[in-house]
Amino acid sequence: MDHPASLSSELIGRESEVVVFEVERGAIRKFADAVQDQTPACVRGDVAPPTFPTTFRMTIPGVTFDLARVLHGAQEYRYERPLRAGDRVRCRVRVADVYRRQGRLGEMTFLILAMDGTDEAGSPLFTGTTTAILR
Amino acid sequence: MTGPVLAARPDLDSGSVLPDLRKPPITKMQLVKYAGASGDYNLIHTDDETARTVGLDGVIAHGMLSMAFLGEYLCWLAGPDSVRRLSVRFVEMVRPGDTLTCRGRVKVRTSGNAGRHLQLEVWAENQRAERVTVGEAEVEIT
Repeated sequence: MDHPASLSSELIGRESEVVVFEVERGAIRKFADAVQDQTPACVRGDVAPPTFPTTFRMTIPGVTFDLARVLHGAQEYRYERPLRAGDRVRCRVRVADVYRRQGRLGEMTFLILAMDGTDEAGSPLFTGTTTAILR
Repeated sequence: MTGPVLAARPDLDSGSVLPDLRKPPITKMQLVKYAGASGDYNLIHTDDETARTVGLDGVIAHGMLSMAFLGEYLCWLAGPDSVRRLSVRFVEMVRPGDTLTCRGRVKVRTSGNAGRHLQLEVWAENQRAERVTVGEAEVEIT
């Protein structure tokens, strides 16, 4: 297991592969059920709940850390339209920033990940920004 | 089932308080289901022993679960097609047994040709009225 200190600013700009995720009706329904999301279109599995892109998991070479030591500090999503069952989403995530800062619990590493999803023609569907805090 | 709350409330303007959405209490079973549905298998959310090894009393909820509640809140308020942005910070931990309520208020309302654009302040608070997840959202109501 890599120590968080191994995350350095040298990683900025590093990217995952492009991965195509199919938005499955069953996966939408399972997600809505877990959240107890009552939105009718989500319960039916037609439309994905707004935070569904969290299910699109990708790895970036060199970016590894101990899961138990990471805090999710913040998250943003911007949407062109909701994802729907049957969508095939081309996703990629990259390291937007890495910096160290003094916090309540001592020095911590902030890792900012930028994700984007497009349709197969390349038109934007959503973007996501994750702030992960490693202690 | 009726339409989105805001469609029937053209009166809402900057500063207006939005209706709230109270969620059922969070259970350990829900955290297990959310882990499976989201693919976040970090054991601090599902295994007390792992949670204790990092100094917690027991499992804590995924921050993204509370964000998902706010996502549902926006769909309830505006309809899924109207949600343009949701941005949150996870400021307090959420534990099994906590009951979260989603609340919000209109920060800025602008009108365009297509309809209303609302910038919202939204947050999830627990049963002690502590804000656990706070943020901003934008919806476009046509």
